[in-house]
Amino acid sequence: MNATVNKVMEAKVDNGVNVEALLGARQALTDAPEAARFKWRATCSWVNGTHSRSTVQGFFGLGAEQSHKTAFTYDADHPEVFASEDNGSTPVEYVLVALASCLTAGVAAVAQNRSIQLRSVKATVEAGMDLQGILGIDSDVRNGFDGIKVVYDIDADASREDIAALVAQSQKRSAVFDIVTNPTNVAVEVR
Amino acid sequence: MTIRPFGRGRLTGAVDVVVVGAGHSGLAMSRQLSRLAIDHVVLEHGEVANSWRHERWDSLRLLTPNWQSRLPDYAYDGADLDGFMTMPEVVDFVTGYARFIAAPVRTGVRVSSVTASDDGYVVETDRGTWRCRSVVIASGAHGVANVPAFAEAVPCAVQTLTAKQYRNPDQLDDRGVLVVGASATGLQLADEIARSGREVTLCVGEHIRMLRTYRGLDIQRWLHTLGILDERWDTIDDIVRARRVPSPQLVGTPEHTTLDLNALTERGVRLVGRLAGIQDGRAQFSGSLANHCAMADLKLGRLLDTIDRWVAENPARLMSAVAGLRPADPTERFAATRLEASPPLTLDLAKGRIGTILWATGFRPDLRWLQVPVFDRKGRLRHDGGVVDAPGLYVLGLNFMRRRKSSFIHGAEDDVRDLGTHLATHLRQGVVPPARRAAG
Repeated sequence: MNATVNKVMEAKVDNGVNVEALLGARQALTDAPEAARFKWRATCSWVNGTHSRSTVQGFFGLGAEQSHKTAFTYDADHPEVFASEDNGSTPVEYVLVALASCLTAGVAAVAQNRSIQLRSVKATVEAGMDLQGILGIDSDVRNGFDGIKVVYDIDADASREDIAALVAQSQKRSAVFDIVTNPTNVAVEVR
Repeated sequence: MTIRPFGRGRLTGAVDVVVVGAGHSGLAMSRQLSRLAIDHVVLEHGEVANSWRHERWDSLRLLTPNWQSRLPDYAYDGADLDGFMTMPEVVDFVTGYARFIAAPVRTGVRVSSVTASDDGYVVETDRGTWRCRSVVIASGAHGVANVPAFAEAVPCAVQTLTAKQYRNPDQLDDRGVLVVGASATGLQLADEIARSGREVTLCVGEHIRMLRTYRGLDIQRWLHTLGILDERWDTIDDIVRARRVPSPQLVGTPEHTTLDLNALTERGVRLVGRLAGIQDGRAQFSGSLANHCAMADLKLGRLLDTIDRWVAENPARLMSAVAGLRPADPTERFAATRLEASPPLTLDLAKGRIGTILWATGFRPDLRWLQVPVFDRKGRLRHDGGVVDAPGLYVLGLNFMRRRKSSFIHGAEDDVRDLGTHLATHLRQGVVPPARRAAG
């Protein structure tokens, strides 16, 4: 296959990801490491009981304050089996949402870069947790998940191995996968 | 080209080229410069083949078979072409080469600084000063062991060693050993220490899984035959990343054993994720172990697919390339890397079960003496296939420097031919580095 034909075939693959822009940003941020330093922010206000409402809008990056097109709000609560009012997802479910959406965005970007057309991508995430941890019943049980399992169902123009490689590369480059799998220092202060 | 002869007994003087380091790379370049009738001297802080003599563990053998032990105009001439040299054999091989080419080596001369001057470079040593027009850095890729910053948090009851300091299990107390890093080094040390009866935990991050033999032939024979070892740095998509890739999981043994993570598991080594930090006396392992192993399995599968495809497409070429050896059927594959369902995420270093942490976390060249502004913001030498970003300055032997094989003994031959030609042109053109750039 000559280069021209190859290029035409690549052009047909469209997962809605602007790979040129991503690769351009990679080059630009290699040359300007300061611009690569971002700060992500959220605010969270207590509503009532275990119900809280979080907002994200502004963030810092490329050397300046940036903003989402609009403010996004998220209600978090606990379900009725916890004697709560169930006004939103539990915070731990937001972690699953963050992990799955980060990995899925990565699958699309890597697929585009590898000229793989996606038809459908579905992640099913499940995490185990023993409530004896957060309830302080057993000090040997941790508060957080005892493990997370993500299962992908992917329909794409690619072999099983190439799809497995997509998912593997997505994990390698995922921020949330890193946040979940590696320790992070957390400072919580009171003003 | 100006030839400035120098007296044999003098330790200082003027010369066209100073080669720093009398290992296989520096000697190969010396041979090339002699062929081009370029006046040069090779300065060596220790003895010829110094790091092969003094900076390797006792049981180490080359990862490349003897048929690959070759330098310009010189090759292994023994009977065991498929065997793997021990370190004393490598030292004999390299010192034999130094004698064979009558290299102008000055041993016991430590370079303390190289700075740019009006007409080239000034090389200061502990035994005098050399002025030259060109410098070839052949001091090796393994100058300093990479050790993570959080190594400072290791409890003082735990001994830490780098792979450069490790010689054999007798250096260790009887307690458990945490080996950090799953390159060829990490796997070999984990295997040897586990055989000594100690409990071994191996931290596994990104790694390259490899088979010693495939379809009846050594993997190096396949990599060589398919031209993979000859791939050039300027044809690789992301050479910065390619240069960072850890060495493939290989060992050279008389039995041609494949040493992979499954073999270590069978030996009782416990596999955990990449060492992510040490806090309050506890080692913290990444939860990414399964993905790192899945990636390595997939990559090995792709390599074997490439070999199978090549055999299917090139049977005639294959027969000549492998000297009449008929490859076995492509039915053999490999088992996926086996892992515990929930590998441990922490290990208490203060409880006394771990006596030693062994850093098998790679190396970087030690170029503190190079006082020329040729380093990027991460301290890496800026070079284009060994042509350093300062006129007349060259480097040899770095990982994937000019070809995938650049860091191997047999990789020197093509690299010194290319760089020798570049250097000769530089000397003819009389281009000199501006002295003011020496300030950095």
